[in-house]
Amino acid sequence: MKIIINLLFLLHFFSVSGAYAQIRIEVIGGGATQNPPPLSASDYPCNYAAAGSVKQHQVVIAPFRDEAGAKQSQSVSAVIAADLARSGLFKMVDTAGAKPQYEAEQVDYAMWRGRGADAVVIGSVAATADGRYEVRFRLMDATQQTQITGLSYVASAAQLRLTAHKIADAIYEKLAGEPGAFATRIAYVVRRPGKRFELHVADADGFAPQTILASNEPIISPKWSPDGSRLAYVSFEQKKPVVYVQSIATGTRLAVANFFGSNSAPAWSPDGRRLAVVLSRDGGSQMNLINADGTGQPLRLAASASIDTEPNFSPDGSAILFTSDRGGTPQIYRIPVSGGAVQRVTFEGFYNISARHSPDGRTFTYIHRCGGRFSVAVQDFASRQLQVLTEGAVDQSPVFSPNGRMILYASEVGGRGILAAVSSDGRVKQRFTESAGDIREPAWGPIVSK
Amino acid sequence: MKKLISGLTVTLLALLMGACSSTPSKEQEGAPVVDAVQRPITTPKQPPVQVVQSPVTPAVIEPPTQLTGPASLKDPKNILSKRVIYFDYDSNLVKEEFRPLVAAHAKYVSQDPKAKMIIQGNTDERGGREYNLALGQRRADSVKQMMSVLGAEGARVETVSFGQEKPRVEGRTEEAFAQNRRAEIVYSTD
Repeated sequence: MKIIINLLFLLHFFSVSGAYAQIRIEVIGGGATQNPPPLSASDYPCNYAAAGSVKQHQVVIAPFRDEAGAKQSQSVSAVIAADLARSGLFKMVDTAGAKPQYEAEQVDYAMWRGRGADAVVIGSVAATADGRYEVRFRLMDATQQTQITGLSYVASAAQLRLTAHKIADAIYEKLAGEPGAFATRIAYVVRRPGKRFELHVADADGFAPQTILASNEPIISPKWSPDGSRLAYVSFEQKKPVVYVQSIATGTRLAVANFFGSNSAPAWSPDGRRLAVVLSRDGGSQMNLINADGTGQPLRLAASASIDTEPNFSPDGSAILFTSDRGGTPQIYRIPVSGGAVQRVTFEGFYNISARHSPDGRTFTYIHRCGGRFSVAVQDFASRQLQVLTEGAVDQSPVFSPNGRMILYASEVGGRGILAAVSSDGRVKQRFTESAGDIREPAWGPIVSK
Repeated sequence: MKKLISGLTVTLLALLMGACSSTPSKEQEGAPVVDAVQRPITTPKQPPVQVVQSPVTPAVIEPPTQLTGPASLKDPKNILSKRVIYFDYDSNLVKEEFRPLVAAHAKYVSQDPKAKMIIQGNTDERGGREYNLALGQRRADSVKQMMSVLGAEGARVETVSFGQEKPRVEGRTEEAFAQNRRAEIVYSTD
């Protein structure tokens, strides 16, 4: 509520001052300020991310010409606007009452600048002779009155939504200066009443969910292959945890780790050829490398008398982050994939688990117990600086978006599992999807260029 | 032998089909009523003992191991019928009160070379799913280790973990958590 009030105030301020060029609306959000509950002896105070502001781009997404004819549940321009708004970095300028504007020469810059716009997106959807659609857009600088970028796509009706996401990615990249991740997919597990478990794949905005596996036994730890074509996951359908790899397009699947004991925590190598998995066949929970096609014998990564689990490859494939209680409490450690000295990387608190590298490999996110809660944290490898980003009671399984901007995680509202996302600086928070089920175990697929 | 088995399979399938046609299973309850009415009720082709309530697979014709195993595993008066070992919070120590239970199962496995068991470790729901899976594994391993000392052969005792995924009791009370921090012993013949 506080965020909304501040935002309204700032909007008002800027519209009166008339400072159109380079307008940056500041939204105050994230960076928790609540006092944590009293600490028990085994607990640890929260080092919350500093309250900060987000610089927002004011963007007009004008309705596209003839987009209503494509008979989509949501128009191309509406999908683009929703994507950009969700990122927290963009503020949509109201288009109510504006005359139709589809071509560069039609853009009423004076009016848009009067409404505070930095940039204007115009476009059209035209049916082609072969029954598909040509979607065009132009991103115009509202101050310079010049074109920043403009692209044309040809897509089937079924691909129009994906096309809108690609356009949102192009706009995002030009204005935010980093790749967009709207044209990507996520996976997650839904628990239905009656202990039914479903593994879903959906667009990154939660649209078009598909069940790719349904089981009466639990499913956990879905992980996308680096090319986005397969999912590795742990299924309990054989009355024990077994690691499977499933092709999303064909549904073909293979038990790649089904050894004596438990098999869990799959992690893809960046080249997609190997998986790090946790096996108990040698006693305890220990990390092994296996081939993603199920061939060959597991290669032990490290040997310890402790729990070693939740491996995650660095983006360059040279090192693995993992959770271990070798020091007495669960902490995050790093080991070179080629073997070698294990290095502890978390030092604050008594419970640090579920580490995942950022796409650039400079930071990692994990679950950090503090203030009586399990919260999402990020930590810089170089500075070792830890920042707590969330205040959920039982947050789990954080994972970076493929552009590193957001961290998707499992949370809970009213006793029901939901997905939520927080920007890696803690300033933007989203409730990611809404659904009737109990949702958990999110995974965010890669940016796949076609 | 192959011929015999396939013959048996055919017979079994025929029996099953006969049983199905005369005995409505749960799935068939929603079937058209007309169909049931048209069937002459007065001429049952199969005697009542043929009723098959649950699907039977041809695996039934394998040696009936269940009959050779001692009924002691299921006898409520026998300690072997007790299969659950409960743990304290954040602990994989087999408490004193459960040691006779573990010892009895260790003895059973060591004395019957055909006996195979799985020990399933579980945790309460607090904490991460994969880390809890590892903690549940440690509980199962802890029970196995005690059995090994008492002579149970390792290859016939598999330890697996369900982590927090299969709670015995739903809910976030201390009572529920205590019921869920457990290891369960399951025999291949169960």
